[in-house]
Amino acid sequence: MSYYNEMFEGDQVRDPYARLREWVETMPDDFRQMKQAEAEALFRRIGITFAVYGEGGDPDRLIPFDMMPRVFEQAEWRKLERGIKQRARALNAFLRDVYGRGEIVRAGRIPARLVYQNDAYEKSVVGIVPPRGVYSHIIGIDLVRTAKDEFYVLEDNCRTPSGVSYMLENREIMMRMFPQLFRTNRIEPVDQYPDLLRRTLESVAPAKCNDRPTCVILTPGHYNSAYYEHSFLANLMGVELVEGQDLFVDGDFVYMRTTTGPRRVDVIYRRIDDPYLDPLCFRPDSMLGIPGLMNVYRAGGVSICSAPGAGVADDKAIYTFVPEMVRFYLGEEPILNNVQTWTLWKDNDYKYVMENLGDLVVKEVHGSGGYGMLVGPKSTKEEIETFRAKIQANPSNYIAQPTLALSTCPTFVDEGIAPRHVDLRPYCLCGDRIELVPGGLTRVALRDGSLVVNSSQGGGVKDTWVLSE
Amino acid sequence: MLSRTAANLFWMGRHLERAETAARLLDVGQRITLLPNTDAGYQNEWRSLLQASGTSDMFTAKYGEISQENIEEFIFFDRDNPSSVVNCIEKAREAGRIVRTALTSQVWDALNVTYQELRKIENTPRSRLGTASLTDFTTGHTSTVRGAINATQLRNDGWHFMNLGYGLERADATARLLDVKYFVLLPRIEFVGSGLDTYQWQVILRSLSAHRAYHWAYGGDITAGQVADFLILNGESPRSLITSLYEVVWHLEGLARRYGDAVDSNARDKAREVLEQLQGRDIDMIFDEGLHEFLSWFIRELGTISNLVHQDYLLGGA
Repeated sequence: MSYYNEMFEGDQVRDPYARLREWVETMPDDFRQMKQAEAEALFRRIGITFAVYGEGGDPDRLIPFDMMPRVFEQAEWRKLERGIKQRARALNAFLRDVYGRGEIVRAGRIPARLVYQNDAYEKSVVGIVPPRGVYSHIIGIDLVRTAKDEFYVLEDNCRTPSGVSYMLENREIMMRMFPQLFRTNRIEPVDQYPDLLRRTLESVAPAKCNDRPTCVILTPGHYNSAYYEHSFLANLMGVELVEGQDLFVDGDFVYMRTTTGPRRVDVIYRRIDDPYLDPLCFRPDSMLGIPGLMNVYRAGGVSICSAPGAGVADDKAIYTFVPEMVRFYLGEEPILNNVQTWTLWKDNDYKYVMENLGDLVVKEVHGSGGYGMLVGPKSTKEEIETFRAKIQANPSNYIAQPTLALSTCPTFVDEGIAPRHVDLRPYCLCGDRIELVPGGLTRVALRDGSLVVNSSQGGGVKDTWVLSE
Repeated sequence: MLSRTAANLFWMGRHLERAETAARLLDVGQRITLLPNTDAGYQNEWRSLLQASGTSDMFTAKYGEISQENIEEFIFFDRDNPSSVVNCIEKAREAGRIVRTALTSQVWDALNVTYQELRKIENTPRSRLGTASLTDFTTGHTSTVRGAINATQLRNDGWHFMNLGYGLERADATARLLDVKYFVLLPRIEFVGSGLDTYQWQVILRSLSAHRAYHWAYGGDITAGQVADFLILNGESPRSLITSLYEVVWHLEGLARRYGDAVDSNARDKAREVLEQLQGRDIDMIFDEGLHEFLSWFIRELGTISNLVHQDYLLGGA
């Protein structure tokens, strides 16, 4: 399989990377090592660490940072941006629809079962239209590139996509370590993201709020692996970072406990999952939520971002229908491609997948983080057979996709510089308008030949540049 | 400000101060062992220092015998000892991590570096660590955090809560140390001028880093009355009861002013009252009343102030 190299075309350097070539190729080894150590020390000092589940060892682990940036030209980015915004509009239209009249199901474009019997479909919010009809306010869309003009969407994240703090910190650290690069390249800034996010949240305040809205970020607490990100965003946005215990419901509103007594909260950007939001409505054993929150939400006393139930739009089974949503709701042709997907609950698809398991990527419908997946071409016979047994036990739990030829980007490795596979997650904000900062999180599979970029599976991150014209 | 944020800032201050107290105990204990004395003598000194931090029984149960290694392990490293340096710094860092948004990056940086360095020390073979390096490490890093707080934090309610934690903890530590050694401060005729009490008083002064300061303040020979005066009533002495309490009152006044009449300020009222009572005494009155009785009263009042801070600000009115 051949891969699209984002920097080189044969011996030729592609335009966006033109000014980086000399920097990379003349960097002495010892300087590189010194800078790499400096970057690591900075990350550790700032406290940007994440927890890896179930492996023991140091709980404060760093995501490896690669100093070689990933670069887009303005024109490339414009196209991506249009595609991402289009997709975000379609996903929100879909959510508005399936919690309302369900036109897309009535029209026979999506099977009713996949929507209404989906675990992520939240019956308790049927008929509730959140402010501005927006359900998912921050959409992280995972993209891969296979050729100069070919981008595929791997998945949509409509609930609480994480990683945006890396987009911001990677940039901070690059600017601090290599200021000269930012002088020779004209790079679009990304640091307006926290302000845009705050504005987005304020724009979806409930109708009952007639003052400047009070927004908060709701975190499960400091043991959560993304806690750093929660506090980082709260800090940059200038809003309180609250836990469930800080909030309570009194009458028609939600309040937070402060040193000057109760203070009303209008918008909650929650970083906890639906089942934990309100023990009176969802899981009764949840210690993270706020009893009575959903009643206030239903009565329009508080906005919850993303809205409860938004997860039904980013399910891997629903994913296959997103292009259909674009056509149905927007009357447009999708700008971004979907990856061909076989759904194993269909007989024909099942048969095809079982015969070609060695060539495909198989994922759990509800899985995430690169856990519980099979990358056929990178697996041994035994691994494939073990996975086959798992599929046979519960076919409808799986989908399969062709193994994509993920593009590569030059990356610093022990031996110097070498191509490694990358993906991209931009963060789209949906409120009174739809906005996207020029950039995103580039994840890189650091192991030679690996196609799995998840940090839990040995992936690293890169700064992502969009050059201005 | 969130009540939980305020509580974490308050405890961050307390734990940092407590870590410093522990390190200072280690330092002074070490000094005693270097003086020519009987084995039993220095063991008693250690015992009374452990009593000051309220951990004597725990030490005996876990280690039994007092030795330099055991003491060092217990006061600096032991995670079972809630007042050990490692525990206090970890708790302070944990509290800081929870309220990252309320700290400047310099403060967080200083706190986090302290913690990272501490992890390194923990993994260093004990034989390569001197007691002096452990105490220097602690006082050096806690001073850096303290300096970052003073230089960079907004003078807002969060700052008041942090300093309230520092102040209450400091008052409490000084009072407890004095209480453990109160008997050597009683002016008993048979000891005056003997080597024993001079040396005991030095121990107390050193354990509060007040040895040189004392000489600047009073000059001349060390006497019991002056030592007690210096550590209780002298407003120039940085760790005296009156200075610590004055700071507590100052920060509570700041909060009361900032929050206005809508919020109870019972803690401020109580702290003011205790401060007035201190100001109304001189050292002879305190000796007449009984040093131990006085200190017991003072420690109780600190507990009351701490509870009132909780009720006024940390419950969030729900």
